[in-house]
Amino acid sequence: MKHTIQALVENKFGVLARVASLFSARGYNIESLAVGETQDSSISCMTIVVDAQDERILEQIKKQLHKLIDVITVVDFTRKEYLDRELLLVKVFKKEDNQKDIEHFLKKYPAKVIEDRKEYSILEVCEERHQAEEIVKELKRIGIKELVRTGRIAISK
Amino acid sequence: MKGAQIFVESLKKEKVDVIFGYPGGSVLPIFDCLYDAPFKLILPRHEQAAAHAADGYARSTGKVGVCIATSGPGATNLTTGIATAYMDSVPMVAFTGQVKTQLIGNDAFQEADVTGVTRSISKHNYLVKDVKDLAPTIKEAFYIARSGRPGPVVVDLPVDVQMQETEFNYPKEIELRSYRPTYFGHPGQIKKAVKAISKAKRPVIIAGGGVIIAGASNELKHFAQTIKAPVTTTLMGFGGFPSTHRLALGMPGMHGTMYANMAITESDLLISVGCRFDDRVTGKVDAFAPEAKIVHIDIDPTSISKNINVDIPIVGDAKNILGQLIEEIAELKKLPDTSAWNKKISEWKKKHPLSYRKSSAKIKPQAILEELYKQTKGKAIIVTEVGQNQMWASQFYKYDYPRHFLSSGGLGTMGYGFPAAIGAKVANPDKEVVVIAGDGSFQMNIQELATLATYDIGVKVIILNNHCLGMVRQWQELFYNRRYSATILKNPNFVKVAGGFGVKGIKVTKPAEMKKAVKNMLSSKSAVIADFWIEEEENVFPMVPAGEAINRMIGGMA
Repeated sequence: MKHTIQALVENKFGVLARVASLFSARGYNIESLAVGETQDSSISCMTIVVDAQDERILEQIKKQLHKLIDVITVVDFTRKEYLDRELLLVKVFKKEDNQKDIEHFLKKYPAKVIEDRKEYSILEVCEERHQAEEIVKELKRIGIKELVRTGRIAISK
Repeated sequence: MKGAQIFVESLKKEKVDVIFGYPGGSVLPIFDCLYDAPFKLILPRHEQAAAHAADGYARSTGKVGVCIATSGPGATNLTTGIATAYMDSVPMVAFTGQVKTQLIGNDAFQEADVTGVTRSISKHNYLVKDVKDLAPTIKEAFYIARSGRPGPVVVDLPVDVQMQETEFNYPKEIELRSYRPTYFGHPGQIKKAVKAISKAKRPVIIAGGGVIIAGASNELKHFAQTIKAPVTTTLMGFGGFPSTHRLALGMPGMHGTMYANMAITESDLLISVGCRFDDRVTGKVDAFAPEAKIVHIDIDPTSISKNINVDIPIVGDAKNILGQLIEEIAELKKLPDTSAWNKKISEWKKKHPLSYRKSSAKIKPQAILEELYKQTKGKAIIVTEVGQNQMWASQFYKYDYPRHFLSSGGLGTMGYGFPAAIGAKVANPDKEVVVIAGDGSFQMNIQELATLATYDIGVKVIILNNHCLGMVRQWQELFYNRRYSATILKNPNFVKVAGGFGVKGIKVTKPAEMKKAVKNMLSSKSAVIADFWIEEEENVFPMVPAGEAINRMIGGMA
């Protein structure tokens, strides 16, 4: 089961390595990770998405996360009410046969063209996880030149 | 003031009296200041020994042990000692030199990424990049090392930071918003535990290292006597409850007593105090205390429900929580009658005592431990290596006082005992400190004989010499068809080796000479290395084969 975990941490060097190694030491892959300052510049927020193969192990990781000296709080959003978003930047080829598809896509999804060139357009999409997945699927069909996405960020409701 | 001098002044503020350190290029400024600092500076012959000695100092006193080494190889040599301390929750601050700040990451001479290397084997670590951070960092390091669940903290000090100047201001107080250990048990959980106690007919207390660390042995005794529950002490918990007490069950687990394991298996309430349910204690988890409700008292929330599912967790300091429990129990009108249970246990004790086959031809290691106990009246600090020696020391010497048994329980570090004993003796010069070693493990830090000679440290070493790596050989005998792969040792002449270092050595081969040899050894003020040639194929029994249920013990003479 996928878990979205938020950790508020001291904004210091080395903290990311400490957090990451708790997962890597157990052979756990972090699916996505987003780190940024909060309104308090001495505190960073880490949003970690991880697929738990074993809930007990994840429970242990969360406790150990909290045990790290530089970690202030740990919240698992999984069974809580929250909103999440991720940002995608996508270069889409412009070909003779996909102009219509792109137009259609732009009507259907909340995407923005932030750069328009002769050979390609760069789209910006900011969406929650499931929607983002659907959008990527759709764009693959149209023809992606390059895709980058941020880690997911989340906030409680 | 220069960084190196700030280091010295900060350590003075922390009331450090001994430093175990080995110099090198990246710590020269600090060693220059140590030259006339008011600390005893002990120079071992290997950095690993510096870390173990600081550990032995810490375990025997409860104070923070301090060691220092240079960058690169100096630091990596400390790591085994740091990991050992981490696994057994030993308060320690390890300082390492580091290459100049602007060279970090350049593969400079004697550079190693120390914070990277020690991340997973220390409670916390620091790289100090600005001399202004030095004093506050040292303050934090000592605070973190000794508070909550103690552990080693590493402070990496680039050589240029040691030479930079700043004003010395040592913080008086420290407050970390991200680190606030819980010291008192939640009242609701205390109530739940007392309710469970009020219903238990077959309670057992399992006491671990947390009892020693919290200084909770008096509370534990009071608690056990109040609820009339037998107490089993883990390797780390020795001395937390007197071995000679009528409620004492000895050690649980793989090489524990039959009656401790039987009691756990049949108990209806298991109260764990400062024990983290190591796999050597639990054996097969599904069959561990199958009928018991489990109360788990631990200061570290990550220990709770890690190996064993717990019914009533209580996070906090063992001393405080036992006090809270005692108070709450006093409110009870009536406690359950555990006399039938205690009677059953004393029958087990009678039927399955720890025992061994005596011999007049070969010296038995168990007999040496019994003799040592008799002659020291149980008052010596016993420091063990790892393997059969460690298990015999845990079975045949009795521990009535906390901080009198030092052993690498979690990491199981061969080579720990001898240098740790040096640290313990430096901290407790008036106490008898005896190492129980194997011929294999003694050779892992044998160079420390030089340290004994240099500072005239009166550590006594008993080598239980079976000319092999006994515990591994035992497993090969029992589970690998007696194929003694790489376990038979061709040893040096330990008496000559000791003599070469300027330390007295004696060799004992006959059972008839054993008693007198122990006496001679103990009567010496200076160090003695006693090489006892013991029965070579002696095994440690009873034993739970790995992965088995703890009541399925093999061996042992019943």
